Amino acid sequence: MTDATGRTATPVLSLRDLTVEIPTRHGVLRPVDAVSWDVEAGEILGVVGESGAGKSMTGNAVIGLLDPPARIAGGEVLLEGERIDNLPLQKMRRIRGKRIGMVFQDPLTSLNPLLTVGEQLTETITRHLDVSDDAARTRAVRGLDEVGIPAAKDRLGAYPHEFSGGMRQRVVIALALCAEPTLLIADEPTTALDVSVQAQITALLKRLCRERGMAAMLVTHDMGVIAETADRVAVMYAGRLAEIGPVAEIVGSPRHPYTDGLMASTPAASAGQARLRQIPGAMPRLTRMPDGCAFHPRCPRVQDKCRHDPGPVVGKADYRAACWFPIEAGEDAA
Amino acid sequence: MSPSDPLVAIRNLTRVFDVSKPWLNRVIERLPKRRLTAVSDVSFDIPERTTYALVGESGSGKSTIGKMIVGLLRPSKGNVEIEGVDLFAERDPSVIEGIRSDIQMIFQDPFASLNPRWRVRDIITEPVVARGGDTKGLAERLLEQVGLAAEDAGKYPHQFSGGQRQRICVARALASEPRLIVCDEPTSALDVSVQAQVLNLMSDLKDEHGLTYLFISHDLTVVRHMADTIGVLYLGCLVEEAAPEVLFTKPAHPYTAMLIDAAPRLDAFGREVVPPEGEIPDPIDPPPGCAFHPRCPLATDICRRERPPLAPFGAGRVACHHAGEIELKAA
Repeated sequence: MTDATGRTATPVLSLRDLTVEIPTRHGVLRPVDAVSWDVEAGEILGVVGESGAGKSMTGNAVIGLLDPPARIAGGEVLLEGERIDNLPLQKMRRIRGKRIGMVFQDPLTSLNPLLTVGEQLTETITRHLDVSDDAARTRAVRGLDEVGIPAAKDRLGAYPHEFSGGMRQRVVIALALCAEPTLLIADEPTTALDVSVQAQITALLKRLCRERGMAAMLVTHDMGVIAETADRVAVMYAGRLAEIGPVAEIVGSPRHPYTDGLMASTPAASAGQARLRQIPGAMPRLTRMPDGCAFHPRCPRVQDKCRHDPGPVVGKADYRAACWFPIEAGEDAA
Repeated sequence: MSPSDPLVAIRNLTRVFDVSKPWLNRVIERLPKRRLTAVSDVSFDIPERTTYALVGESGSGKSTIGKMIVGLLRPSKGNVEIEGVDLFAERDPSVIEGIRSDIQMIFQDPFASLNPRWRVRDIITEPVVARGGDTKGLAERLLEQVGLAAEDAGKYPHQFSGGQRQRICVARALASEPRLIVCDEPTSALDVSVQAQVLNLMSDLKDEHGLTYLFISHDLTVVRHMADTIGVLYLGCLVEEAAPEVLFTKPAHPYTAMLIDAAPRLDAFGREVVPPEGEIPDPIDPPPGCAFHPRCPLATDICRRERPPLAPFGAGRVACHHAGEIELKAA
């Protein structure tokens, strides 16, 4: 891919046919199935899907935190052009936290309740960066300051339980960013928060990515958050990539019938209408994946071909959809 | 009860929780008693066959109000009248019993609200069995009404997905043929496409059975879709009450405007949100005067001194000294 100046830039994160498998007694399950995408510096890629779509599993595969027996069974994960999916544990540990920052849904469980936030921040900083304790403290204060925690200096000695939910999530973000990673993986970072606090946190993430030129993968099920925060969107369904492209195209004129149904079923999209558009049925279980396109049992545009053959990937470089019969511009979906 | 009377009338409802440390700690550490006012002087009516929605952020007291209406909590002050009967003052048990069976509740988490050891048939018929009613074929009929199959009656809850379980909860709520259903965040645990199925089902059942809903949610888009009237709660106080069209286009209370501006929107890619300042204050020690004044862009001296009463404004009601002066940023 080329950037605005015509140079070829290496994407911060590239997934190449990433496949995760879980061997079970009932056969091998595939929660992530041949997923490929790039995230450029300074870009926020939103990953959406319903529960069980494999979006968190993809995030965990990138940072090497899959719970066994789940394992990467195929494909590659490249961080700034360098393969990281086959690194030994020790090397991966040095990348995690240093080059890849992580923010999870529940801020209370991602902080150690027995250590002050100052101790947690300085520990992370001294572990990953070669700085003195004093410099680490200064950095910790600056980190808290940057995420908008008032009187940051005095709050270093406070324990996680002394912060409110929104402030705690800010601490987690400060912790994820204190070693200046090039990639941030945020897994449902605002789901546990109230609307007004959610707006504060998403605005913060956007500002930090822009200022630092950091790439981010934002995993969420909330279309509204994606529409406002992400530059590009990847839609996942049953472990596969359904559609990926610029946010305006995915939200405004989706071409995959699943994305279209997902957008239409949010109450915001049908304001003033008596009934919401619904997608019949539910996502297939991994143990009972249908043949062909995984979405075909629920798809309004299904034809014979879809039942046997997973959809082809259509589209150009920055836009792809996996569908036999994608919705054309101006066409009514259902 | 005359036909024009509301089904539910709530008057000056207040609930105070004692959140003090244990007695011995208080004596030794010389701590005062600490009280948390979860609901403060809330009054509203729900006319029959309408949906009244309560919205607010966490800690605003919306679930506490729901629990007091179904009788899971006693109010500290004020009363709840359903069908003209004050549930907490009425002495005649048969009257109370009659009204209780007209009220049902649907909870947020469909995984926690179904007994994992009971078959679906027993779960659904329990409200009727408890009153000695006839349950023959009831579970099967209700399952079909909520979009499941009659054979599902013999299964256990773990055999169903989240959306299907919430349908079972709806079926159970319908079993005793209630007039009022209190729904506390009924779709918050569900995925969007499944949420749409459950919300559509609830609208259909409302029309078929002539139901009245009290719909408690933090999700403004869901509330806008479902409600006939919306009440906005902030720190236990009802700050604004209006019809959805009015509330979302011309909110009169600055807090309502802040909520609407902060809610993420589908059509707003790249929108630069100026996020709201501050957070909900500590409910144990709320600010004097209007509880919203520390975060309010319109706050003046009077807001810091006096709590504004909920007064009629246009077709709705607003509790603000500067009602109607706020404008939405994202129009």
